[in-house]
Order: sequence, then C-alpha cells, then structure tokens
Amino acid sequence: MTLQQLAALMPLILLTITTVGVMLHIAWARQYHVIGAVTILGMNLALLSLPILWLVNEGQPVEVTPLLVLDGYALFYSGLILAAALGVLTLCGAYFESYEGNREELYLLLLMSTLGAVVMAMSRHFAGFFIGLELMSLPLYAMVAYPAKDSRALEGGIKYLILSAGASAFLLFGMALLFAETGALGFADVGSKLALGRSPLLLTGAAMIIVGVAFKLSAVPFHLWTSDVYEASPAPVAAFLATVSKIAVFAGTYRLFLNIGVFHHSATAEALSVVAIASMVIGNVLALQQDNVKRILAYSSIAQFGYLLVALVAVGERATEAAGIFLLTYVVTTIGVFGVIALVSSPMKERDVEHIEQFRGLFWKRPYLSSIMTAMLLSLAGIPLTAGFIGKFYIIALGVEQRLWWLMGAVILGSAIGLYYYLRVLIMMFQPIPTRDRVSEPLNWIQNAGGAMLVAAMVVMLVLGVYPEPFLDIIRQATPLLR
Amino acid sequence: MSPSILVWLLVIPFVGGFASWQSERYSRFIPRWIALFTQLTVLGMSLWLWFAGDFTLAAPASTPSFALEYKAEWIPSFGISFHLGLDGLSMLLIVLTNLLGVMAIGCSWKEIDRYVGFFHLNLLWNLAGVVGVFLALDLFLFFFFWEMMLVPMYFLIALWGHNIPGGKGRIYAATKFFIFTQFSGLIMLLSILALVFFHHQSAGAWSFGYADLMATARSLPPETAWWLMLGFFLAFAVKMPLVPFHTWLPDAHGQAPTAGSVDLAGILLKTAAYGMLRFALPFFPEAMQGIAPIAMGLAALSVVYAAVVAFSQTDVKRLIAYSSISHMGFVVLGIFAGTEQALQGVVVQMIAHGLSAAALFILCGEIYERLHTRDLRQMGGLWARFPYLPPIMLFFSAASLGLPGLGNFVGEFLILLGSFTVAPLFTIICASGLILAAVYSLILVQKAFHGAPRDDGHKGHYDDLTRRELSMMALLMVLLLGLGLYPQPVLDASAAAMNTVEHIYNQPHAAAALGEAIP
Repeated sequence: MTLQQLAALMPLILLTITTVGVMLHIAWARQYHVIGAVTILGMNLALLSLPILWLVNEGQPVEVTPLLVLDGYALFYSGLILAAALGVLTLCGAYFESYEGNREELYLLLLMSTLGAVVMAMSRHFAGFFIGLELMSLPLYAMVAYPAKDSRALEGGIKYLILSAGASAFLLFGMALLFAETGALGFADVGSKLALGRSPLLLTGAAMIIVGVAFKLSAVPFHLWTSDVYEASPAPVAAFLATVSKIAVFAGTYRLFLNIGVFHHSATAEALSVVAIASMVIGNVLALQQDNVKRILAYSSIAQFGYLLVALVAVGERATEAAGIFLLTYVVTTIGVFGVIALVSSPMKERDVEHIEQFRGLFWKRPYLSSIMTAMLLSLAGIPLTAGFIGKFYIIALGVEQRLWWLMGAVILGSAIGLYYYLRVLIMMFQPIPTRDRVSEPLNWIQNAGGAMLVAAMVVMLVLGVYPEPFLDIIRQATPLLR
Repeated sequence: MSPSILVWLLVIPFVGGFASWQSERYSRFIPRWIALFTQLTVLGMSLWLWFAGDFTLAAPASTPSFALEYKAEWIPSFGISFHLGLDGLSMLLIVLTNLLGVMAIGCSWKEIDRYVGFFHLNLLWNLAGVVGVFLALDLFLFFFFWEMMLVPMYFLIALWGHNIPGGKGRIYAATKFFIFTQFSGLIMLLSILALVFFHHQSAGAWSFGYADLMATARSLPPETAWWLMLGFFLAFAVKMPLVPFHTWLPDAHGQAPTAGSVDLAGILLKTAAYGMLRFALPFFPEAMQGIAPIAMGLAALSVVYAAVVAFSQTDVKRLIAYSSISHMGFVVLGIFAGTEQALQGVVVQMIAHGLSAAALFILCGEIYERLHTRDLRQMGGLWARFPYLPPIMLFFSAASLGLPGLGNFVGEFLILLGSFTVAPLFTIICASGLILAAVYSLILVQKAFHGAPRDDGHKGHYDDLTRRELSMMALLMVLLLGLGLYPQPVLDASAAAMNTVEHIYNQPHAAAALGEAIP
C-alpha cells in the first residue's frame, strides 16, 4: 500500500479512531458532553479531510485495495453522509439531553453506522458493498430500539432487524448468483463479463439484488417496515434512517448499476420503472390517510425515493448529476423536518410530538421553528424558491430527456397527491389557537446548537432553491463519471 | 429609463411584505400602512412606466419585441437567466395588478383583524409573484413565478377565509386550488423542459430563453408541437378557468377573504390569458390554430354554462365567481379568434373584468361585514337601508352585464366583432352570454336590494360605506367609465403587442392550418 493510498483512507481512519476513542472513553467515564464533543470533532475532521483529499489527488481516483476507490463520486457522497450524520448528531445532543438511561452509547452506534455508510459510498466491489451495508445496518437496529424501556421502540427495532436481515440475505444470494455466473466480484469486472452475454441465472441474481436494494431504500412493494420503524424510533434516529442509510445504499447501488449498465437487460430497467412508479403513487396515496407526522414523513420518503429511482433507471451521464442534486436537496430538507420534530419532542415523554393535532397553532407559539418546518414541507412538496424544487426539476429534466413518459406521469401525479398531505401538516401549524401565548419555551445551549443547525439547514435549503449554481458546480466536478 | 426598474417592481413588494410582517409586533396599524405605502409606490412606478415608456412598434414582426429588458445570469449551466421584459400588454396588466393590489389592501383594512402582518406579507408576495409572471421572459423564471404566487394565495384562503355554512371549509377550498394549479403547472413544466431539450438537440446549447425556445418551438414537427402546446394549454385552461377545469374557482372564491377574491378574479385569472398570448400562441401558432375549434367550443360552453349556473346560486360570491368564468370565456374566444380587433378586445375585457369583478367582490365583502351573511335568500329590501351601497352595486352589475358606456361593453363588443368573421357559430353562442349576464346580474340586484325587507332585528339603517370604501368605489367607477367612453389610451398601449400576436397567429401557416373553417 502506497502512502497515497493510506492517505486516501484518512476519512475512514479518522472515523475509526474516533469510534475506538469513544468506546474507551465510555469504559473509563460516562461524560456525556465530552463524548458528544469528541464525536463531533472526529466527524468534522473526517469531513474536512475530504476536500483536502480532493485537492491532493487533483481529482484523480485513488484505488485502495480491490474493495474501495476514492474518486470524486465517493468523496461527494461521503461528504453528504458525514454532513447528514453531523446534523443528526446535533439533534441527538438536544433530544437525549434529558434522557435518563445511558446516553453515551448512542454516539458510538452512530459513529459506527456512519463509518459503514462511508464505506458503502467508496466501495467498488461486492465485498466492500456488503461489509459497508452490514456495518451500517447493525448499529441501526440498536439505535432504533435505543429507548429500550419503550416497548414500541423495541418492537420497531426487532421488526427492522428481522426484515432487514431478510433483505440482506436476498442481496447476498443475488451477489452469489452473479459470482457464479461471472466469477468476479468487483463491479467493473462483473460489468465487463456481463457485457459478453447473459443467462437466466443472471436475471435471477439481478432480481434478488433489486429486491434487497429496494428494501433498503424502502421502495414499494418492499416498504412495509418503513412507517412502523419511523414511528417507533426516536426522531433523530428516524432522521438518520431517512438520510444517511438511504444515501449510502443509493450511492453504492448507483455505482454498481453504472458499472454493470443496469445488467444489460431491458427487463431490469422495466422492473425498476415499475418499482419507481409504484413508490411514487402508493407512497403518496398511503400518506394521505395518516395522522402521525412521522408516518407521513415515512411515506413521503418512500415517494421521494420513487422520484430518485428515475435516476437509477436512466443511469448514465446526466443521471449522476441529477441524483446528486436530488439527494443533496432531500438530505437538507429531511434533516430540517425531523430536526423540528426532534427539537419540540423529548425522549422522556410517552411519544414524540408526532400527532398532527400536536402541531395545531405551533406557528403562534414557536414562530421560527414553524417557519423552518413550513419551508421544509414546501421543499418536500417541490415548490419553487426551495431546494426541493431544484431536485425535482432535475429529475423531471432527466426523465424528459430520456423520454420516460410513464415515469414522468407518475412524478406529476405523485407530486399533486403529495401536496395534499404536506399542506395538511403545514396549515395545521397556522391554525388559530385560543390562548395566544407567544412565549417560546426556553432554549438551553444544546438546543441552541440544534437550533443553529436547523437555521443552517434552512439557509442552505433556500440558497439551493434560489441560486443552485455553486452546488451544481461542485457536483459536476466531483462526479466526472457523468461526462 | 433604466431597465433595473423592472427588478425594483419585484423587489419592493417582497421587502415591503417582509417589513409589514415584522412590524406586526409593534402595532396592528403599522403593517397596513407599510403595505399600502409599498403598493402605492409600485403602482406609481408602473404608471410612470406607462407614461414614460414607448410601446409603439414600427411594423408587426414575427417575434415580439420589448420596450424594456433586463437580463442577468442565474443558473448558467442550464442556460437559465433572470430575464425580464416589458411590452404594452405586460405593462397594462402590471398597472392593473398593482391598482387592484391597493384595492385589496384597502378592502381588508377592517376585515382582517387576525395576524395582520402575516396577511399583508402573503398579499404582497402574491402580487409580486403575479407581476413576475407578467415580466418573465425566461421560461424557467416564468414557471418559478407561476408557482410562487400559489403559496401566498393558499395561505390567504386557508387562514383568513370564511367557513361558510354548507360549504366544505376554507382549507378544503385552498388545497383544491393549490392542487389543481400545481398539477397543471407541472404538466406545463414537462412541456417547457421538452422544448429545452429539443433546443439543446438542434442548437447544442442549453437555454430557457424566450426567443431561443420560440425559434425551436416553431421548427418542431407538427405532431410534437401539438403535444407540447397541449401542456401549455392545459395549465392555462385550468387557471383561466375553462369549463371542465373550473371547479376549483367557485370553491376558492366562496371561502376566500375579500382581498383574496379581488386578487383571484382581478389578477390571477389574467395570468392564464397572458400566458396564452405571450407563450402558447407565439410558440405554437399552428398547433393553436389546430386546437382553436375545440378551445372556442369550450369557451362558448364556459360562457353559457357558467352564466346559467351563476343564475341559480344563492351565495353572492359564488354567483360572481361563476360570472367570472363566463366572462373569461369571452377572453378565450377572442384569443383563439386571433384577429386584431378580437385581441384588442381581449385586453380591454381583461382590464374591465378585473376592475368590475374586483369591485363586486369588495361590495360583497362590505355587505358581509354588515349583514354577516352572503346568502341571497336572507337579503332583500336592502335598497332602503343603505343610501350608497345599492346604487353602486347596480352600477357594477350593469358593467358586468356589458352596458354600453362601460369598459366591459367595449371589450365584449370588440371580441365578438373580431371573432365573428372567424367563427360565426361560436360567436353567436357567446353573444347569448350577454343576455344571460343581464339575467343573473339583475337577479342579483333584484334579490338583494328589492322586495320586502327581512325582519332580522335591524329595523333601521345599516352603517353605510365609509369614506375609505366610497373613495375606492368611486375610483373604480371612474376607471370603468373612462375605459368605456375613451378606451383609446389602453388600445394604443397594447396595439403593438397585439399586432405582433395577430401577425404570428395568422401569417405563416394560416392557409395550411385553416383547411376547414371553424363553424
């Protein structure tokens, strides 16, 4: 291993050192704030190392072992993952401040899961892909069930564990079939061998991989766990599920699909299209009947990933760019929405503030938080001036360019249906309330950190919506695969 | 004249709205005054544009030209620019928008007493969005403003609207409005993007620019052009609204606060007509010729159907809402007839309808403030109880039914005259709408003001219009009379723009497209 390769692993090394450090520190003394600070520091260093790596390598990909590659694509998605994880981290700080059990292990789990996610973004080999996936998923089960005295959380955790394990098994079997057919595990090798010819066995493998991935991305018809798990998990963990884990799976899968050209078979593209259309339509329709905001957001994320699957169907030049910008807008928005829920909730209550009635008149009580929530909901709905519009705009542009008219029809239909429930939550916050107490609850400094993060998310969201050019530039430079 | 004034037309309401919202914490009156002052400023600026600008054009060209243009880079990688342009048509509509904006603020002076600052924020941002629609010369920017005016309007209806008994509630109405327009807007976005990609294929560069896309659109094969035109047409037909797509409008009007109704009927509906004249027609003249029989048929249907339905309404605001649909039918007829007279009539009709519908909605709001009902069955005999309100209502009802001497007559007459040569049958059907308009307008006056007074505890007089209300009404009456008696300044201002549209629509392919005459 050359020095350059070692240096390229810097983000992973930093995250690992932080993980070990936090683990040892917990064994030594349970100092919640110190551990929180160390975690944040470690993640920030890892995040900082990304642009440095980019500059040092002058944008050239560095291959580290057959498993990993550090190119602009990996750096971009690692950055997105780390930024999202940092956002979740600040929310955790605020949310678990008053939690009475052991709070410190949450940071440990979060670090490990993030490490797995970063590995996925860098993987170019089925082994790396799978290691990353499992390293990311296993701590997640524990995170979902973290308030272990809450039977709902436990139920959610176990549900997620069992179903997710099933999906992993599918994925693994699909990889095995591909290996049996091609004798290779590296994405590029598999791709070049597949280009020579194909067999029924290969299609079976492709189907199994799609099933596994669709489960992790909670695409219809593999979405059944989503709403229950989101509802059961504490708000920051739900945010982590909705952002970090999904970005990582998408980033890894997209690289796989790009390398093997959607399995060189029209049936896979068609199957993916069906999954995408079903996700957009069914995800949005199911959200209509929910009264629980977390469940609404769960279904909304199903629909959002339906939109994103368009990029997977149209894999290629512009799709990489579209996927990048869509995920960027999605992450900022989702962190914002869950952030507001996390900041108005507390783990010591029976439930989070999640029923739609609990949002009644929130604007007149906490105007700034509600303004952020309003903007984020409009962004999810894809209204101009917000980031969500730019993301959706790119997806639609991509679909029109590739003439995927059925998918575009579903995007439009889904957006129209989606408006209904976003507006429903939104207007609830503006309902008049009998007593006009405008006094906001006092904010201590950790909540202020969470608040500061939310304000930052809001600013990024608006800048993305109004002047996206700089972000587009970054994405375009970082993902030269598309050119 | 510096083109940056166009940017100020957008920026000032934005800033003013924000200031109005923030000033709410100090007093309830400051937000109103800030909003009024802001709106008067932009009205003054737009009037100045009218008088200082030169909207004449040497000869009708095949591409529209603009008196004033402002252009700045926005998202260069997609060829998107912040490109604004002003010609006679957009100038007139901007003046109308800002004038009615002042009216909307005036009429909510007393009506809105909750969350005053936030109300004016929404109102001003909505108006700024509409002005943006009238100015945008970049299709991305156009779509941006097109969508942006929805959110404030949604809030206006959902938060300050009325829950009338028997209705489905203001949030229902607001959501319906939002979903209808957003859905059709997204279809238009598909068309826009398809145009952009065709442009990219042929020219090798990304552009959302008006002139670029127009050139591309005109060179498309007819079938493709037809599909793309349909995307634009649907969005505008929903917003206009033409009859099968109209169901959101009566609901929205029924629940909206007065200012929201003024805004909807007076301004928002005009964006659709403007979109047709500015984008759909110049982009796809052939395809629009092709769909003209259907569109004019729908227009005739709108005129007659909405008039008949209006007749049977008991809620005053719903009645006026249906009458708006009926009047907008004339506008569609005129646009698709495409002769110079008809197009000039369309402009006058838009302005006259904006003024008269706004006045009627304001009067409805004033009746509601005093009687606390809008149900015609609970009115009657009001003539004796107000000295001023009933005759003013009669005036605007007469305007709405097209009494000669008032603006609406000029518009409708020009449209019918100009359309008759193109589509005699549809014109005749539409002309019957004038009679139906007389029926429903007079039934409104009859039911509300004549007959036996109801015994509702108010034996004596109601409070009549205040000076604020009277002066607003007086201004609108003078303007309608002016438009009816001497419409020449308006016609002059829009002549060049309308000539160009007429030229584009009829010149190049008229002979080919009009293989068979429209009935």
